[in-house]
Amino acid sequence: MIISIASGKGGTGKTTVAVNLALSLDNAQVIDCDVEEPNAHLFLKPIISEKEKAFIPVPEVDKAKCNYCGACSRVCAFGAIAVLPDSKGIKGSILIFPNLCHGCGACKLLCPQGAIKEIDKEIGAVEAGERGSIRFVHGRLNIGEAMSPPLIRRVKKRIDTSGTVIIDAPPGTSCPVITAVKGSDFCVLVTEPTPFGLNDLILAVEVMREIKIPFVVVINRFDIGDGKVEQYCGNENIRVLMKIPFSREIAAAYSEGVPIVEKDPSYRDKFIKLYTDICGIKNETDSSN
Amino acid sequence: MRQIAVISGKGGTGKTVVTAAFAALAENKVMVDCDVDAADLHILLDPVVKERREFRSGKTALINKGLCSGCGRCVSLCRFKAIKEDFTVEDFSCEGCALCSRVCPAGAIRMEENVAGEWFVSDTGYGPFVHARLGAAQENSGKLVSKIREVARALAEKQSLDYVIIDGPPGIGCPVIASLSGVDCALIVTEPTLSGLHDAGRVMEVAGHFKIPTKVVVNKYDLNPAITSRIEDFCRSRGAPVIGRIAFDAGVVRALVRRKNIIESGDCAVRDELRKIWENLCRR
Repeated sequence: MIISIASGKGGTGKTTVAVNLALSLDNAQVIDCDVEEPNAHLFLKPIISEKEKAFIPVPEVDKAKCNYCGACSRVCAFGAIAVLPDSKGIKGSILIFPNLCHGCGACKLLCPQGAIKEIDKEIGAVEAGERGSIRFVHGRLNIGEAMSPPLIRRVKKRIDTSGTVIIDAPPGTSCPVITAVKGSDFCVLVTEPTPFGLNDLILAVEVMREIKIPFVVVINRFDIGDGKVEQYCGNENIRVLMKIPFSREIAAAYSEGVPIVEKDPSYRDKFIKLYTDICGIKNETDSSN
Repeated sequence: MRQIAVISGKGGTGKTVVTAAFAALAENKVMVDCDVDAADLHILLDPVVKERREFRSGKTALINKGLCSGCGRCVSLCRFKAIKEDFTVEDFSCEGCALCSRVCPAGAIRMEENVAGEWFVSDTGYGPFVHARLGAAQENSGKLVSKIREVARALAEKQSLDYVIIDGPPGIGCPVIASLSGVDCALIVTEPTLSGLHDAGRVMEVAGHFKIPTKVVVNKYDLNPAITSRIEDFCRSRGAPVIGRIAFDAGVVRALVRRKNIIESGDCAVRDELRKIWENLCRR
């Protein structure tokens, strides 16, 4: 089973839930899909045994074959190619903006001259390793690179569903989150009981309903806000499976990269219960479909 | 006119609370919420919307089943796996490249423009505010950020405002780059955790990559003074001054729950520190 840990708002405790859930299970795989700001490794401290660079295909033009007809520029939906045609005996020119390229391949396929080939542009790296029985994979987006979804897709290629897969998703509600959680069997939305937490939870719930992934909610630092998140979940029939209290000790351990279950082993049973409750709900929804 | 963007790398470090404080401290400014994915600044600014516009951006493929011959060319050529075996398009996977519509031999695919969100120009008790809402599971957040920044800049010029103050998104990707482009100063709000340090370092590199002067604030610095001094050492080594340390104060969360600006209801120490930070940002 693939379980994604997501949230609209950042800093609510996604990585905390992902890491501690993994540490409480046997044989889990952690896939950190927050390639812009990966953090799970700071808590799991895996031994990285493999590193692979990740690329996206971007166009390169063979100037000997190009007649500057402009077809590539017209078919590019992302404005990544500009062409100045031949004019008054002056040879045209072509300019490619690799940062805008989505790697769709339209320019190459539709160039009448066959003048475009694709070359690899490095966008980041995928690293894999282990910590005890946990298998670990994450991606690191290169600095200045705008698009994370292609790297997230590379990271997800390493998903191994022989055990439980836990995806640590990036914050937000747009393409990086969708790319990370797409294909998951279940999603845990982590929130906090503040107006910001509630506002962003509502947006995340909309996303889950749009992409049709069953989900539950975990409320972090539940005792230092108000009751509106629980009220909302009650009204919407959303199950709140876990509430983690604020504790200065947990916060201090977190700041040093120490997972809760190592600071306070009694949490192990709480995370195992979270997992078995998820399995139960998943079975219910599967059999009702 | 001076543009200042508040960013963090890691989410949840306190960007929006700090930005809202600047709304109360700065005069002659327009506020902009560039975290269009999960916008929260409106919660503290209580805007009255004056202008509301659709944000149209990008396209999504639509297959006409009546014309489709089922040849499968679109399925095999789509690199985003957005077309399923039954020739329906998974909207949230389609990136709008239009390759399928161009190669379909039956002419069965057309591209429909997306309404990807909305943007607003509002009045608040603190002056004008430009904000947006990206639709659920939509893309092009970077373009929406650029759009509202352009609107805010035009408004600032028209009204001769001194500051454009931007609440940025977390991360280092396209909406962050769009929030940073051309600003006069980036303020990184971080927290004394290993994640906060790691993520602030990465977003500082992004700001450096685009040659943007950067300053840093450590929020909740007393939760781990040792990591706070590591952050300060790190910033010193990168030439990014740490211009403030905000203490952890449960009153900040209490104010937030009541949707109150920390400047108007907060603890004196936090308020004074934020005032000092804003004064520093005003200096060039």
